[in-house]
Amino acid sequence: MFDLIQRLFGRDSTCSKDVAKERLRLVLVHDRVNTSPQFLEGLKDDMIKVISTYMDINEDTMEVHFAHTEDSVALIANIPVNNMKRGKRLAE
Amino acid sequence: MGDVIVITSGKGGVGKTTTTANIGTGFALMGKKVVLIDADIGLRNLDVVMGLENRIVYDLVDVVEGNCRLKQALIRDKRYDSLYLLPAAQTRDKNAVNPEQMKQLCTELAQDFDIVIIDCPAGIEQGFKNAISGASQAIIVTTPEVSAVRDADRIIGLLESEGKHNPKLIINRIRPNMVKKGDMMDIDDIIEILAIDLLGIIPDDDYIIISTNRGEPAVANPVSAASTAYKNIVRRLTGENVPLMKIEANDGFFSRLKKVFNF
Repeated sequence: MFDLIQRLFGRDSTCSKDVAKERLRLVLVHDRVNTSPQFLEGLKDDMIKVISTYMDINEDTMEVHFAHTEDSVALIANIPVNNMKRGKRLAE
Repeated sequence: MGDVIVITSGKGGVGKTTTTANIGTGFALMGKKVVLIDADIGLRNLDVVMGLENRIVYDLVDVVEGNCRLKQALIRDKRYDSLYLLPAAQTRDKNAVNPEQMKQLCTELAQDFDIVIIDCPAGIEQGFKNAISGASQAIIVTTPEVSAVRDADRIIGLLESEGKHNPKLIINRIRPNMVKKGDMMDIDDIIEILAIDLLGIIPDDDYIIISTNRGEPAVANPVSAASTAYKNIVRRLTGENVPLMKIEANDGFFSRLKKVFNF
């Protein structure tokens, strides 16, 4: 009922500017990744560097990409682990 | 050496040419020696916005190809003695010049002028590359619409990759009544998304259309809101600290009255 009254007075529950902002946010994540090819490569290299101090990974079959849904973007990394490094402590 | 500023946007129709004309005229009003370069070869318009379309003899391509001397192609403004226009060629295309030639041209002009302003064509191809090559500063014009903001973001990235850092943003055609209703992105929304410095905001103003009809940049008008906004931008570019103008929704009779009498 309240919704109906709001609609009668021309007030949508979400302002169109919030819709615009959210759509822009998502599309720009996509644009910024796709327009700079070095971006994903750089990210991948840094991830390998960090993870390699903790475990042996298979760099050749590793996959890093972005998954887009209607209202979110996720970074998906599939990194096959060959072996764990023994005695690697966090606080070194 | 003068400053070389490029006005760019990515998207067409957001007000690059109008902004170039008004900022340029604004500097001339302050007594600076200014030259405006229309880099939109094949689709020139800065000449008509400035009201100088009947005075063109030579153009940018003529200069680059050596058909005339640089001084011969510069058109002096009708009203301001220290303001000049270097028009684009209308019968050629963007490939008629290259970035190296533009760079050289800008360097030469910066020796004689305090301010060189380049009106960049829409798009990200050759024309854009030419227009930005000689610039030391970039101003990005956008409007509060998703398409224009998205393209502005792309331009920021491209400028960055060309080594042009810290571009400044102008948000054009803000409609206070729509912002108030939540139907138009406001200044903070856009700055948050693009994460660059704001140079100024221009309210949507009918007077811009009227002044363009006449070929007289709006900035010289003492009462229009857009004119004040452009004057503020010019002052900020000279290093002055000018607060953003208040853009208020004017729906009542009194606010309309206020606008008429400008207080």
